[in-house]
Amino acid sequence: MDELYCVHCGRTVEQCDAAACRNARTSLEPPRFCAQCARRMTVQVTPSGWTARCSRHGETTSRSHQV
Amino acid sequence: MTAATQQSESTVGEQDVLAVAREQVLERGVGLTQDQVLQVLRLGGDRLQDLLALAHDVRMRWCGPEVEVEGIVSVKTGGCPEDCHFCSQSGLFPTPVRAAWLDIPGMVQAAKETAETGATEFCIVAAVRGPDKRLMSQVRDGINAIRESGNDINIACSLGMLTQEQVDELVEMGVHRYNHNLETARSHFPEVVTTHTWEERWETLRMVREAGMEVCCGGIVGMGETDEQRAEFAVQLAELGPHEVPMNFLVPQAGTPYEHYETIEGPDALRIVAAYRLAMPRTMLRFAGGRELTLGDLGAEQGMLGGINAIIVGNYLTNLGRPAERDLSMLEDLSMPIKALSDTL
Ligand SMILES: [Zn+2]
Ligand SMILES: [Zn+2]
Repeated sequence: MDELYCVHCGRTVEQCDAAACRNARTSLEPPRFCAQCARRMTVQVTPSGWTARCSRHGETTSRSHQV
Repeated sequence: MTAATQQSESTVGEQDVLAVAREQVLERGVGLTQDQVLQVLRLGGDRLQDLLALAHDVRMRWCGPEVEVEGIVSVKTGGCPEDCHFCSQSGLFPTPVRAAWLDIPGMVQAAKETAETGATEFCIVAAVRGPDKRLMSQVRDGINAIRESGNDINIACSLGMLTQEQVDELVEMGVHRYNHNLETARSHFPEVVTTHTWEERWETLRMVREAGMEVCCGGIVGMGETDEQRAEFAVQLAELGPHEVPMNFLVPQAGTPYEHYETIEGPDALRIVAAYRLAMPRTMLRFAGGRELTLGDLGAEQGMLGGINAIIVGNYLTNLGRPAERDLSMLEDLSMPIKALSDTL
């Protein structure tokens, strides 16, 4: 599925400030916003991965989301 | 060298601080004073390699070659009532972090992932002012489940400020170490946190120590503190005398008051690591959050050769680290053995 929203700031992909959201810092952050609807997700980081859940679109994990 | 040994520690201002440190810290195991730490922090870039080499010698002499490896997990994320300005988990700032609880199977899995790296320490962390009944019972159930799974990793906790009853309860659960960071120099703390005091944190640390748990206490550098305050914090930690000092480097978090702070420069981070080693020759000094961004791969290695003798591997509480395998192969390349569980019993 295409990503409509930035997972770091929740803005549309067109409106996202790439300098602020695609850098060394955000490469060390799990997604915070759902790429499909921009809802804030509930995120659990574990020693070897992360799980992020959108109340509408369900769960993504570090294993299913290879960047 | 002879001149250095003949002078008292209070009159060393005119001498080269590294020559003094070699005699005082390396030979005699006496940590640097606040003034001396400040002199070290002000050394020019041309002295950095000498400083790191001395800090490494001090670590090898007073701590040995072993590296303690730890994994951490957040069991209660976000929604914290405190206003620690560096933290994305405060409910008082508009950060994107939502509240989350880790269930018992999740705790068991996190402890398993940690043990599989060869780590001997697993720290259970919660973003709270202090634990309530629900959190204490979650931690108790989690520890029991980790033990029932056959995992005998050492378990530490970081649950905020404690009452005496809670301290006793954690001891009884078998928690062997408690983390509670003073975060920064006493003089700088009110700029960083306004919802509780440095002294309240100290009080929890006092109770933890008196109850016989190992004290883990460090902080974050890069929060607008001065070199003087970095030196102040080093000696305040030395006075506390913790078993372990975790060193974090600020990673500015979206939505927090420190969102637009710059990360500190790599050479400054290394200088601080080495200075803290010279202030605390026998203390376990751990690389914690922010090293990936501040130091990169090369800087991490320089830190391991500049006074650090413990690391957190894998991910942090809300941010990611580099894969544990990268750190483990770095330790292998450096011929630094990972501390084994049997060594700690
Ligand atoms: Zn964005
Ligand atoms: Zn969604």
